[in-house]
Amino acid sequence: MAASCSRGVRSLLWNYETCKKGLCVSLSRTCLRLPVRQICVSASVWRKNLAAAGPKKYTEEFIKKQVEEFEIGKRHLANMMGEDPETFTQEDIDKSIAYLFPSGLFEKRARPIMKHPDQIFPKQTAVQWDADRRPFHFLFYTGKQSYYSLMHDVYEKILAIERHQDKMRNKGLFTSDSKQISLFGSRWLVKEEMEELLVENISDQDYMRFIQLMERLLSMPYGSLEEEFVQKFRRQLEVQSSKQEIAPLQYDSQGIAFSVADGRRKSAKASITLRDSGSGNITINGRNYLQYFSLLQDREQLMFPLHFVDMLGRFDIEGSVEGSGHSSQGGALRLAISRALLSFVSEGEVEKMRQAGLLTADPRIKERKKPGQVGARKKFTWKKR
Amino acid sequence: MAAGILTRVSQALWGPRLVGAVLAGHRHTLGTAAAAAKPSAPIDDTGVKEKILNFPLTQPDFFRLSELFTIKDLFDARVHLGHKKGCRHRLMEPYLFGSRLDVDILDLDQTAEHLQRALNFTAHVAYRSGVILFICRRRQYSHLVETTARECGEYAHTRYWQGGLLTNAPVQYSPGVRLPDLIIFLSTLNNVFQPHVGIRDAAKMNIPTIGVVDSNCNPSLITYPVPGNDDTPAAMEMYCRLFKMTINRAKDKRRQMELLRGISASA
Repeated sequence: MAASCSRGVRSLLWNYETCKKGLCVSLSRTCLRLPVRQICVSASVWRKNLAAAGPKKYTEEFIKKQVEEFEIGKRHLANMMGEDPETFTQEDIDKSIAYLFPSGLFEKRARPIMKHPDQIFPKQTAVQWDADRRPFHFLFYTGKQSYYSLMHDVYEKILAIERHQDKMRNKGLFTSDSKQISLFGSRWLVKEEMEELLVENISDQDYMRFIQLMERLLSMPYGSLEEEFVQKFRRQLEVQSSKQEIAPLQYDSQGIAFSVADGRRKSAKASITLRDSGSGNITINGRNYLQYFSLLQDREQLMFPLHFVDMLGRFDIEGSVEGSGHSSQGGALRLAISRALLSFVSEGEVEKMRQAGLLTADPRIKERKKPGQVGARKKFTWKKR
Repeated sequence: MAAGILTRVSQALWGPRLVGAVLAGHRHTLGTAAAAAKPSAPIDDTGVKEKILNFPLTQPDFFRLSELFTIKDLFDARVHLGHKKGCRHRLMEPYLFGSRLDVDILDLDQTAEHLQRALNFTAHVAYRSGVILFICRRRQYSHLVETTARECGEYAHTRYWQGGLLTNAPVQYSPGVRLPDLIIFLSTLNNVFQPHVGIRDAAKMNIPTIGVVDSNCNPSLITYPVPGNDDTPAAMEMYCRLFKMTINRAKDKRRQMELLRGISASA
């Protein structure tokens, strides 16, 4: 130590990673005092440095402080609105903010928001190594540690199942018709959901590989042993028709069931009353449908929902329609009749109607005209020269 | 005296991780390495830390790794089998014993010597708590290598090698990442029978490498080549077992030394 201190000048040439305090002191004593000059950095250099730093990182203390401020702010807001601070939910917060800061901006994301910091600041991975800078995870140096660790675990399970198969074969108890996991009514996680689960970005090929490996696991005879593990990566599919709101059946003074529904198409608005135990009469705006719609196509539109559920002669239809042209009026009436039929029909039929497209409102509207063109699509005459 | 200056120069210029390589390379300095001074030890137990780190360097086979394998074990694990004559790499010719029915046979005496050196170096790196990275791009043994790495508390990379993992580390991972101090290639070729990019990158970043080189591999840039078979499951399992035992032994020895010296320092 003393020997190296005395060689202060020569040691200036060597670059130590860890410099002892004593050594530094000896250097400052031996080396000349150079004038320190403030180097003025121009704005363009600042901009370059900012770009190289990457996305902004938030420390844990900062996020904690933000959470505390949010909680206090929530209580203040509840007091301001005269509500109970203990039972003030996020919906109440949104309503209060919309009331206190009314905004005419079209873009919903540009309006004032007050949300929990976890939803505003993006999730970041914590520091990946310990005090000696040794990484925690054994696959850290691959770059995608969570994804490859998951693949490693799945493969481990496949090997375990193969060993189990061999054991059963040895005992003579091997059966290839053991129960398979039912995959009906669920789907694999989508790539975005996988990325959220792993807190990492994965490519399309990685995702495909993962799905292939899981399919391989499930195709093995004793694959049902790992059912719990597999279900973690599957989501239940909701039956779409359960989201449909079916109005309950109404009964008039004579005890005859009827239902009322509305429908729209372009700018045509229709309203329908469907009465049970009728004989198939259709009245629109007070006139018979044969008189109102002289075109066969429009009358077919009216009959399509009833024909689909085989109830053509059962109902009496009373309807009023206004706006747009004959075709749109026909479409609006069709939607209204389908919606009215929902109360008379079973769950399975509702799903069939939904898949046939009877319950979907047609979103097509007239496309706007653009400047520099004759119409929406038609261009002015093109001249070569 | 010259050896003492050599060790000090090597420690100052290249940092502690290459000291082992330099010392092991210069076999005549092994016995006279006691004069080295480590600049970064804490002030209170400088002497104890120095002794713990430098004592193993005074003996040729401190971890007694020659007991781990014999040439008969290597033969039984089919380590001597190379590829066909047509696949032979020019630079592997010194390591070949001969060729029988067009199949190249590696010289197990040379293999044993190289393996002993490689295991000794691994043990010293593990003793000094260095970061060891296992690389093997063979899909058959990917799971085995990853399991081995996990069981000895080190790291593995048996997947697609992204370009800048070593050379562009602060950007690929985060700033302040620590690179591996030793890279062990259980197969130096990648899936298209080209030399693995990691060999060249490790050489660029001054990271010592150990590599199992088969008769169709290029042993040039590898610090401690080990001529041996990288295709048979028996041979791969043997290498994994040997490296795992070496690393575990070295770590246990380190813990033992710290306990002993800690007791003697406090007493």
